[in-house]
Amino acid sequence: MEKNWPLWEVFVRSKNGLEHRHFGSLHAADEAMALENARDVYTRRSEGVSIWVVESKHITASNPKDNGELFEPAQDKIYRHPTFYDLPDEVKHM
Amino acid sequence: MSEKEIKNLDEIFEQRIARDEKIEPKDWMPEKYRKTHIRQISQHAHSEIVGMLPEGNWITRAPSLRRKVALLAKVQDEAGHGLYLYSACETLGVSREELYDQLHSGKAKYSSIFNYPTITWADIGAIGWLVDGAAIINQVPLCSTSYGPYARAMIRVCKEESFHQRQGFEIMMTLAQGTPEQKEMAQDALNRWWWPSLMMLGPTDAESVHTAQSMKWKLKRKTNDELRQQFIDQTVPQAELIGLTIPDPELKWNEERKSYDFGPIDWDEFWQVVKGHGPCNKIRMEARVGAWEEGEWVRDAAMSYAEKQQNKKTKQAV
Repeated sequence: MEKNWPLWEVFVRSKNGLEHRHFGSLHAADEAMALENARDVYTRRSEGVSIWVVESKHITASNPKDNGELFEPAQDKIYRHPTFYDLPDEVKHM
Repeated sequence: MSEKEIKNLDEIFEQRIARDEKIEPKDWMPEKYRKTHIRQISQHAHSEIVGMLPEGNWITRAPSLRRKVALLAKVQDEAGHGLYLYSACETLGVSREELYDQLHSGKAKYSSIFNYPTITWADIGAIGWLVDGAAIINQVPLCSTSYGPYARAMIRVCKEESFHQRQGFEIMMTLAQGTPEQKEMAQDALNRWWWPSLMMLGPTDAESVHTAQSMKWKLKRKTNDELRQQFIDQTVPQAELIGLTIPDPELKWNEERKSYDFGPIDWDEFWQVVKGHGPCNKIRMEARVGAWEEGEWVRDAAMSYAEKQQNKKTKQAV
């Protein structure tokens, strides 16, 4: 075998109005085959109305090791949430 | 990393699992966790792939178009399940080629039940009803296992599996209600598949070496013996309903336990089949390896075509 088929990530929109969601991955020689395989592997029971495929090597992912500096600073910024602000009881909806 | 640091990470890791947190591919994990998962998920994937072979045997000879489309769809699902599981396994840093190589070289195992032959049409009914039935009992608890990609794959698998069992039971029911010869054929299939189905749920708890660790990692939520009892208790009334007899003279309802007592399982047979001496081990692997090798030129051609198209595109862009 000369070269193995690369890995692709599959995203499926289950119906219009919803976003594409990651469904899984598969191997295919090119994008056309990746789409065809994604249809057979991930949408055999009308799970979707639209498919995206992207070669896995094009995805850049954050590293869980950096989760502290990436995500923890948000925890003490409670002023970004509406419940941080005091309002008089008379104001019913805001 | 020092030994102390690793021990510390180990403890944090075990606590995360105890809190029902999911582990995702890029998270730190103990090497043993990674290896155990590669082994279990790949065995599971291999079983789906090899599992297509005994059923594929009957696609061209299904007794009606209705049965044929159902069987085709079922076998296609098994291929899909194999693919979900292989890609879940690859997130642990093992390549698809390594996984195939382990299967083809005999280094990796697959469920030994697929080393039994499908000699009559009723075997297709028995496989759906009993083998998929036992598989569901094994698989449902895995939907909440600790490794995220495995749990997600299992949710998809379980959703699709119940059609498999129902189509099998329907085949058995139809045969059991048919001519005496058809009923006999159904009974014969049940006789041959019953014991291997019980073995499929794994060695007894006393013999099972991985149970304790697997329970901790939620790779298992019930022991093999508990799952086996559950399978027996749910299947016996189904057999009675369609007038078939479970081939176990010692099978008896135990009012105190609210469960069925059953006769001894022939574990020698189980280990013989696991070790490669079942009736079909050799032809299963020949079929699988043959398909892979004969397909090589197709895979290569597809790759060459893809590269050629890519080069064309690059040239046009310049």
